[in-house]
Amino acid sequence: MKQPVLRIEDLHTHFFTDRGEVPAVDGVDLVVNSGEVLGVVGESGCGKSVTSLSVLKLVPSPPGRIVGGRILLKGKDLVPLGEKEMRGIRGNLVSMIFQEPMTSLNPLFTVGQQIIETVRLHRGMSRKAARAHAVEMLQKVGIPRAEEIVDEYPHQLSGGMRQRVMIAMSISLNPELLIADEPTTALDVTIQAQILDLIRRLNEEQGTAVMLITHDLGVVAEMCHRVAVMYAGKVVEEGSVYDIFNHPLHPYTQGLIQSVPRMNEHRERLYSIPGNVPVLSKDMQGCRFAPRCPHVMEVCMRSLPELIRQEEHHSCRCWLHGSSQEDAV
Amino acid sequence: MNSYLFKRVMVLIPVLIGMTLIVFSIIHAIPGDPAETILGQKATEQSKEALRQQLGLDQPWLQQYFNYMGDLLQGDLGTSIRTKTPIAEEMLPYLAATLELTAASMLFATFVGVNAGILSAWKQNSWFDYAAMIVALIGVSMPIFWLGLMEQLLFAIKLHWLPSIGRMDQRDPVESITNLYIIDTILAGRWDQLWTVIKHLILPSIALGTIPMAIIARMTRSSMLEVMSSDYIRTAKAKGMSQFLVVYKHALKNSLIPVLTVVGLQTGSLLGGAVLTETIFAWPGVGRYIYEAISSRDYPVIQSGILIIAFIFVFINLLVDLLYAAVDPRINYNKG
Repeated sequence: MKQPVLRIEDLHTHFFTDRGEVPAVDGVDLVVNSGEVLGVVGESGCGKSVTSLSVLKLVPSPPGRIVGGRILLKGKDLVPLGEKEMRGIRGNLVSMIFQEPMTSLNPLFTVGQQIIETVRLHRGMSRKAARAHAVEMLQKVGIPRAEEIVDEYPHQLSGGMRQRVMIAMSISLNPELLIADEPTTALDVTIQAQILDLIRRLNEEQGTAVMLITHDLGVVAEMCHRVAVMYAGKVVEEGSVYDIFNHPLHPYTQGLIQSVPRMNEHRERLYSIPGNVPVLSKDMQGCRFAPRCPHVMEVCMRSLPELIRQEEHHSCRCWLHGSSQEDAV
Repeated sequence: MNSYLFKRVMVLIPVLIGMTLIVFSIIHAIPGDPAETILGQKATEQSKEALRQQLGLDQPWLQQYFNYMGDLLQGDLGTSIRTKTPIAEEMLPYLAATLELTAASMLFATFVGVNAGILSAWKQNSWFDYAAMIVALIGVSMPIFWLGLMEQLLFAIKLHWLPSIGRMDQRDPVESITNLYIIDTILAGRWDQLWTVIKHLILPSIALGTIPMAIIARMTRSSMLEVMSSDYIRTAKAKGMSQFLVVYKHALKNSLIPVLTVVGLQTGSLLGGAVLTETIFAWPGVGRYIYEAISSRDYPVIQSGILIIAFIFVFINLLVDLLYAAVDPRINYNKG
């Protein structure tokens, strides 16, 4: 049994807006084991990014706040930690790469300065050693002419190169966990493949655990060991990549997989799940997916199913699987 | 960068020529006979003719312009009708006085304005933010002559903390070399007078700096708020940087560019001389110099004053453009 690097238990992150309290993350449980790539998938607005920002406690506050649950990093709960202790963790034990490589680097500092800054902040290296380390990191992520690139500004680099720089920066301190929030969404397809390849290589060579957030099932199939499917602030299904793709249990997962176009079949129209993601609110009842579900039953509207283990590594939150209807009152 | 600088300076040439044309034609814009306007209706025909000759008004205008430009290029701004002294020589001390006051005012305005703007953005919607923005709003809408008078009333007359007028203690003056009294007193090693010079600067520079300060504060705040919500600020936080470093290192530099523009423009307009403030504080600056020239219809002085101020304004704009490039590497002037 692998050791979990990150264990999220019943996490609740709510946003307090003028129109009321929005439970963006509403009781999420997740585990990322060491050396593993966990994919977190779901539509826009399902809470995957907020979950990842919650781990670093970078949810913009106000309006957002973690209102409940535990985030255990190697067994240590991050939720009660203060700002100063969190700073020691960010970029050091847990680092993050973002969706927009074009805007995620500071335009007024050189690539090198931005990596060196991180290294010196956490390790207190000399400027010279930090610079050498930065060059080494740039080489590691496959940047040619690293010696020169280190002194260039972000605007002098292409999107793919910038994302490599972001990755170099985030692994420069050899973190326990790398959170990649849609790292390839903004890139060309050919560059996407290179970046994914790079992340997988780092995972395999350095054993860095990766939490990969994406809405692209193709990326998941290629990269991940395990998958958690999120819907409306909750995990609805979790299992190995094999299980999720070959026998998805939750109707939402089934819908997601069905909506991926396939090369070997001809369809007039692409499948899409009818309806939209619900507007989140505190007094929602029943299964979040019920209004869009093709198998909806009466119980679905009344009460929320539990996330129940179906097989050893496969759980699902659905009345069709598991919990007897009498349990739910 | 150097080729940009060259190009930028070359572009200035037509601007400067245009300025001289406008300034030159001021005297011709006077309705009727300039000589009569300058000397008054009771002047004799003889004295008017003498003035026309002195100003070269009896020559064809193209010839006049070439003479004017020729003199300008040799640093000759003409002679004051009222005092009969060369204007270049006469104006210099006034210019220095304005320069010193402007520098002090902008130092105050930039330091207070930028920091108030940063803190307001950092603690957005806090009591500090509200208080600072209310002060800034009052600041931009305040008539400065009134502010100057109130300052004198309170700090000079009621509290006797600061002198109300002048530039230094005239009972024991320091010999003036540069006419920048701060530098003069330091050169002379007169620390006691340096202190009084600084004290004389405080009230007028606050009066003059209040509007720029308010504009800078508001500009910094809005620019800062925009930058603080950008992706690279999130990256900086995700790297584990402290809020202080995030704000003062990553955000400030990025929000400086629009602020730089405002600082440049305000400096330019303050250097043009603030007639009201200079009058209230008996500050012998360019504003007052030109004002006196206007009241005595000393046209050569008015022309030269306007020309110098316009020149300074153009120069400061050039400086701001160059500073952009120093702050932001994305501004690559060589490509432009």
